[in-house]
Amino acid sequence: MHQASPPAQTFTQRFANPTRFMALSAKLLPWIAAAAVLLIAIGLVMGLQAPVDYQQGHTAKIMYVHVPAAWLSMAGYSLIAISSFGLLVFRHPLADVSAKAAAPIGAAFTLLCLVTGSLWGKPMWGAFWVWDPRLTSVLILFFLYMGLIALRSAIEDEALASKLTAILALVGIVILPVIKFSVEWNSLHQPASVMRLGAPKIHPSLLWPLLVMALGLTMAFIAMHMKGMQNEILRRRVKALRAAEVQQAAGYAAPQAAV
Amino acid sequence: MDLGPHAAYIWACFAIAGLIVAGLALWLVIEGRRQQRLIAELEARGVRRRSDPAP
Amino acid sequence: MNAFRQLLKRDVMLTFREGGAVGTALGFYVMVITLLPLGIGPDLNLLARIAPGLLWVALMLAALLSLGRLFETDLEDGSLDVLATAGLPLEAVAAVKCLAHWLGTAVPLVIMAPVLGLLLNLPLDAYLPLVMSMLVGTPAVSFVGGIGAALTLKARRGGMLIALLMLPLFVPTLIFGIETVAGAVVDSGAFWPSFLILSAISLASIVLAPLAIAAALRLQVQ
Repeated sequence: MHQASPPAQTFTQRFANPTRFMALSAKLLPWIAAAAVLLIAIGLVMGLQAPVDYQQGHTAKIMYVHVPAAWLSMAGYSLIAISSFGLLVFRHPLADVSAKAAAPIGAAFTLLCLVTGSLWGKPMWGAFWVWDPRLTSVLILFFLYMGLIALRSAIEDEALASKLTAILALVGIVILPVIKFSVEWNSLHQPASVMRLGAPKIHPSLLWPLLVMALGLTMAFIAMHMKGMQNEILRRRVKALRAAEVQQAAGYAAPQAAV
Repeated sequence: MDLGPHAAYIWACFAIAGLIVAGLALWLVIEGRRQQRLIAELEARGVRRRSDPAP
Repeated sequence: MNAFRQLLKRDVMLTFREGGAVGTALGFYVMVITLLPLGIGPDLNLLARIAPGLLWVALMLAALLSLGRLFETDLEDGSLDVLATAGLPLEAVAAVKCLAHWLGTAVPLVIMAPVLGLLLNLPLDAYLPLVMSMLVGTPAVSFVGGIGAALTLKARRGGMLIALLMLPLFVPTLIFGIETVAGAVVDSGAFWPSFLILSAISLASIVLAPLAIAAALRLQVQ
């Protein structure tokens, strides 16, 4: 039966149907993935050939992975928060799928940010870990991600787990600015604070590789998020099919049991 | 390509970035194939969801 | 207001009658503060410098121990369902529970803190700021901790999970709590700003946490 299509659907409404999403994302995904690979490759070449930084030498090139990883770790959490809001307030059908898919990817980029930050710190400041505001708040962000993943996996009832995880994500996003503020306050007021560690001043000629890498890694994030959402939709389909199988088997068994 | 005295750290960073991103992508692809295989198996056994069109 | 007061009285009485919960928290606090100098070494100057931090962190950990059970007993005996449908809004019930935890567990810990400060050679002029910072900051611990308790009510391994969830959320309170003490001791002018921000965080927690707690509880009661 053909239904008249509703007037002017919003952007998110258009993707609300899982089947529609699967079809659309199947078409888009290869292009986004290809764009990601291309941009990252170009970014790497540009980055490695970029002029040497006056203060930090070649080591500043670590920022070509470290900075995009930092941006993506925060963007990922914002994505989870928006998805959580969509779940709790609008009951958007794909909101939970989005939040669940984004968590491991965001956590991975956060980990990458921490590791590259640590590897940058050793040659620059002499220590693998310093409690400077940026690294500290990224570490806490990592724990927020871990909390989300752990909470979801600790609750049996999937529907309940989705909603509780959504609440946690929203609590986290509210407290995140407070955490960043407090950590920066901490570093300003500690008398024995380590040398003031500011971000390196980015020279324009070093900026382009950074932007290309950031765009490439963002494309990679989007592609992986889309793929993760597809996987989750498939997983739920498997679950529904298994449940249907059990029901069908029970349906065949019942008449004989009644005898 | 010489990246100065701390080259090891720089290469390590790019290597780890590559590992993490590639690893994630690989895991996602493998998971996807696994789910599709499971669906194919279940549908081959004749299982249908209520929302699926009648065979 | 009457129902609020009655529920509060009941919960605080329960906490003290149980005795065990408070005792465990206090015992844990004493144990940690006793073990730390053994682990760190008896350098009194060093201990004096880090005493506020140690006392704050250990207090948070001790309070965390009992937070997991905040709603558990009520869930088990069904009183949570009754409370959810009774006259008092669920947000108020949540506030009462957190307040009872603060009065019954956190405040005893705060009273214990200056006593333990003796073990750590806490500087004399740090005692009052420490207690002030703790009294003003621990409501945030109880109320934000309540969010963790509500979220992990039906989770497996809830005890460990709540620590993981609460760790990031406690950071601002911890930092401004320490800064308050440090500001007073070093007299760097950071005392009042830190103290005021700490109070603001606690007040915000008292107002906002019950909303999240009630939302979480509503999903889990019938």
